[in-house]
Amino acid sequence: MPNREITYAEALREAIREEMKKDPKVFLLGEDIGIYGGSFGVTQGLIEEFGPERVIDTPISEIAIIGGATGAALVGMRPIAEIMFFDFMTIGSDQLVNQAAKIHFMFGGKAKVPMVVRAPAGSGTGAAGHHSGSLESWFAHVPGLKVVAPSTSYDAKGLLKSAIRDDNPVVFVEHKLLYKTKGQVPEEEYYIPIGKAEIKKEGKDATVIGYSIMIPRALEASKILAQEGIDIEVVDIRSLRPLDTDTIARSVKKTNRAMVVYEPPRFGGFGAEISAWVGEELFDYLDAPVVRLGGEEMPPPYNPNLERKIVPQIEDIVREIKKLVG
Amino acid sequence: MLSLEDKLDMYRKMYLIRTFEERAEELYMEGKIWGTFHLYVGEEAVAVGACYALRADDYITSTHRGHGHCIAKGADVKRMMAELLARDTGYCHGLGGSMHIADVEKGNLGATGIVGSGIPIATGAALGCKLQNNDKVVLCFFGDGAANTGAFHESVNMAAIFRLPVVFVCENNMYAMSFSVKKAFALPDIAERAKGYGIPGVSIDGNNVLEMYETTKVAVERARQGEGPTFIEARTYRWKGHSKSDRQSYRTKEEVREWMSKDPIKFLEKYLREEKVGEEELENIKKQVERDIEEAINFALESPEPTLEEARRMVYA
Ligand SMILES: Cc1ncc(C[n+]2csc(CCOP(=O)(O)OP(=O)(O)O)c2C)c(N)n1
Ligand SMILES: [Mg+2]
Repeated sequence: MPNREITYAEALREAIREEMKKDPKVFLLGEDIGIYGGSFGVTQGLIEEFGPERVIDTPISEIAIIGGATGAALVGMRPIAEIMFFDFMTIGSDQLVNQAAKIHFMFGGKAKVPMVVRAPAGSGTGAAGHHSGSLESWFAHVPGLKVVAPSTSYDAKGLLKSAIRDDNPVVFVEHKLLYKTKGQVPEEEYYIPIGKAEIKKEGKDATVIGYSIMIPRALEASKILAQEGIDIEVVDIRSLRPLDTDTIARSVKKTNRAMVVYEPPRFGGFGAEISAWVGEELFDYLDAPVVRLGGEEMPPPYNPNLERKIVPQIEDIVREIKKLVG
Repeated sequence: MLSLEDKLDMYRKMYLIRTFEERAEELYMEGKIWGTFHLYVGEEAVAVGACYALRADDYITSTHRGHGHCIAKGADVKRMMAELLARDTGYCHGLGGSMHIADVEKGNLGATGIVGSGIPIATGAALGCKLQNNDKVVLCFFGDGAANTGAFHESVNMAAIFRLPVVFVCENNMYAMSFSVKKAFALPDIAERAKGYGIPGVSIDGNNVLEMYETTKVAVERARQGEGPTFIEARTYRWKGHSKSDRQSYRTKEEVREWMSKDPIKFLEKYLREEKVGEEELENIKKQVERDIEEAINFALESPEPTLEEARRMVYA
């Protein structure tokens, strides 16, 4: 049977639905996830299917959403918390960073916190300084958390299912511009393990390493570069923590040139970690210093032209690769 | 005491807010405004009545639904419209947009996209005023939804124990996005919360601009005398969807119609007619407002956009 094409948002919904059907311990909580269906429509129809006991609309209380998920997980549930915009993760961060992330360790392994916190990240919708943030690097810095940022419908579904099954707190980063993108997703059930990268396109001249929205951009860039005879390999890390360094190493050993591309400000962003690792571990294989293509050092501006300019675009990837390869 | 002149000015401001919002919505539909915004249509009396009780040098903090607060505090609609159109001549040079308009010279300490985040800032501004002994008051606008944030609890308590010169105006428009106050509170009146903080709390008709003014006036005077904060719950209703992407499946058309029949502008119009204000005078006010808004739109459309270099300079002071 041919594969179906579904959107990224639909893929996420399918993952949630399948896991909720399978396990009565899985439930949702968040703002406007019931009749409203979530700010980006991910939870549409779920309250009708599973009822308000398992699809719980909360007041605007991010501390109690993330902390509530933590507490429920501690006593045996598997909550999926939705934070309406990634920027609001900062409000619930004490519960996530100081509590959920550390409980297993601090309690000497006596307790676990199997929960998922999903949130839409990224700019490109004109939502300005408080609704466009890409803060995944912050959370990837925290031992005890896992951080996942899929780029396709297929990966979104498979990784969310694994995140729900995982016994640790998982931060699930969904880029707003990906929700409506379509991709092939089989009818049959599948899981994608957290911590496994995927080579989205093979190539020989340079490796582009990225995640989330930067993957479709890198793939578009690869087509333009191909016309000029430059053949790039695109590595989608998919998980920021744990990071699949094996796949990165295999690729860079082959191409001998690496570029990391990421949306958050370049300084101290997650790409800096990858770049440092490649520089340390693969120095002998590199024909040129690792290139870090990140966002501008500024909050997301409202003006659409500026908003576009401060985040790596297809043309920026093309330009930087030409410099790297040339 | 408000003079008839004042009441006509209130009417003008309310109509200015309404017209600004309606024209902004049209510009959005035409694709001239980008992103999203939150319209204040139906709630005009809250901002206008409350701000009328302030001195020009007093402060306000605003919300994501902030156009009305901004206009009521005396902003220039040209610069507001320019901000919505992401122009360099806007209040924030096109970097902030609708959800972040601030007009610091006029005492508007800014709108915010993080629900509830204005409440600690208002509290801190009141603390700053108290420490400077400058006799100023801060008026904090926030929604029913914001009243359920942790930020609300910590701030109102701190303002109460420090007796800060701040007035908390909770705009209860019955919903936080799709979440009705009936579901969000186990209390009939949000104002009852005040008791828990040891401050006065009142629940009033936010569509009655005169009541809004009178109540706020008392609270502002109290704050200025050093007697601490007051909590005012202003009951009103949002006529439009929450933002530009709301199917409004959580409320009925009947409910919306019922609230629209309590139009705060019509209410004041009726009052003014009873005060023997002629139709022509009301018409003239409206016409002038409409001209002002068209002028603002043209100003915005003709304005340049900000540059990246300029934006870079804004990151640090
Ligand atoms: C901390 C935070 N959580 C969630 C949101 C998303 N959001 C924006 S406005 C809103 C509803 C706000 O309700 P209320 O405070 O009553 O103000 P209203 O929109 O009704 O004027 C929500 C949930 C947000 N902006 N900030
Ligand atoms: Mg509200």
